[in-house]
Amino acid sequence: MITKRIIPCLDVKNGRVVKGVNFEGLNDVSSPVELAAYYSENGADELVFYDITASAEGRELFTDILTEVAKTIFIPLTVGGGINTLDDFDRVLKCGADKVSVNSGAIRNPALVSEAAKRYGDQCVVLSADVKRVDGVFRVFAKGGRENTGMEAIEWIKRCVGEGAGEIVVNSIDTDGVKGGFDLEMLDAVCSAVSVPVIASGGAGKIDDFTTLFKALPKVDAGLAASIFHFGEVKISDLKNELKKNNIPVRL
Amino acid sequence: MVAIIDYGVGNLFSLKSSLDFLGVESVVTDDKELLASADRIILPGVGAFGDAAKKLQKSGLADFIKQQAKEGKHLLGICLGMQLLFDKSYEYGEHEGLGLISGEIRPISEVIPADLKIPHIGWNALDFTKENPLFKYINNGDHVYFVHSFYGANCEKSVIATSEYGAPLTAAVAKDNVFGCQFHPEKSGKVGLNILRAFCEKEN
Repeated sequence: MITKRIIPCLDVKNGRVVKGVNFEGLNDVSSPVELAAYYSENGADELVFYDITASAEGRELFTDILTEVAKTIFIPLTVGGGINTLDDFDRVLKCGADKVSVNSGAIRNPALVSEAAKRYGDQCVVLSADVKRVDGVFRVFAKGGRENTGMEAIEWIKRCVGEGAGEIVVNSIDTDGVKGGFDLEMLDAVCSAVSVPVIASGGAGKIDDFTTLFKALPKVDAGLAASIFHFGEVKISDLKNELKKNNIPVRL
Repeated sequence: MVAIIDYGVGNLFSLKSSLDFLGVESVVTDDKELLASADRIILPGVGAFGDAAKKLQKSGLADFIKQQAKEGKHLLGICLGMQLLFDKSYEYGEHEGLGLISGEIRPISEVIPADLKIPHIGWNALDFTKENPLFKYINNGDHVYFVHSFYGANCEKSVIATSEYGAPLTAAVAKDNVFGCQFHPEKSGKVGLNILRAFCEKEN
């Protein structure tokens, strides 16, 4: 039986993981390589590396680090951040990424999704959508959630799936950082609209939030979170044991 | 030495890294002399069957691989590489494979319930159907990482493991010195590394 995936997301800037981390037994808590190894050893099903560097230098450093991570971690790696062209896809895939996540790059140039899917296969292209309610309507936001594109989110996601996006990360800006649980209403709307895997993001604050997510929405394939894992508030092994107790299939 | 066949299909970085990690000497190449000198050959692949089969035929690698397998060289196909070992595939048309494993590649949509997502993507448990040296370091029920929309059908004689996704899908096959994994051992954590380790060991 296919298992629900638990995915930690690491934001990397200038070669370091940002957002403080708090683990015992790690020498260097902001080393992407050490953190990736830690997560891989401790039950993460997949890792997402998000490059939030703005400079070319930082980008180079990011690809060096990605190569280092991919040499030591043998679980799927998704890379996002600064993906605007096919060359960007090429750059991170050569460093050992398995999937590439596009967000603003796809909004600026929707053909990026179809071109990348044609070249690398649908399974390689992940659409990451930052979604927020505006006057009761789900809208897609760009530039890290700062800019309302005016596009209706479900239509946008459907369109990208039609163009070849193989997975969708739904990041609810409304629940992000609140730690009050995932945005079930938004996720339900996306799951009803598309048949590709949906990854829930934004809002996880405790183990129960994941249990609620997978029980309420069996069509959701994975839960993604950052700070609750980084700060050690939730240990992935505890989370998975709890999910298993609730008859939700997981890889232990 | 283990040779990974480089025929322009898919990303070989992780596979090469896995073998490095295991301390197995390996080379990524399309050079037939080098391939012939290897103890073991891995046929990787991601993408469409038809394109990949064409590339293998055009380069003469198809006949070469068949010959090597016949001579007893241990061969492991991974993902699309496993599918290419079969007689033929019905992925967008009808394409001839290498014919090293009896059976055909068919869409999983033909056998799984309509409400399940395609591709079959994620971690799923292996159900061993036969004993095989490939599994000597892993356990029945261990999870491995899959990404595929087509599967090996009518290959009962060679199936050594299946995975349940609304139907028991072919997860691994073996026939004498020829092995295949539908999943990605190079992306399946320790379990995957242990499968590669077993394949690379001389005594198997």
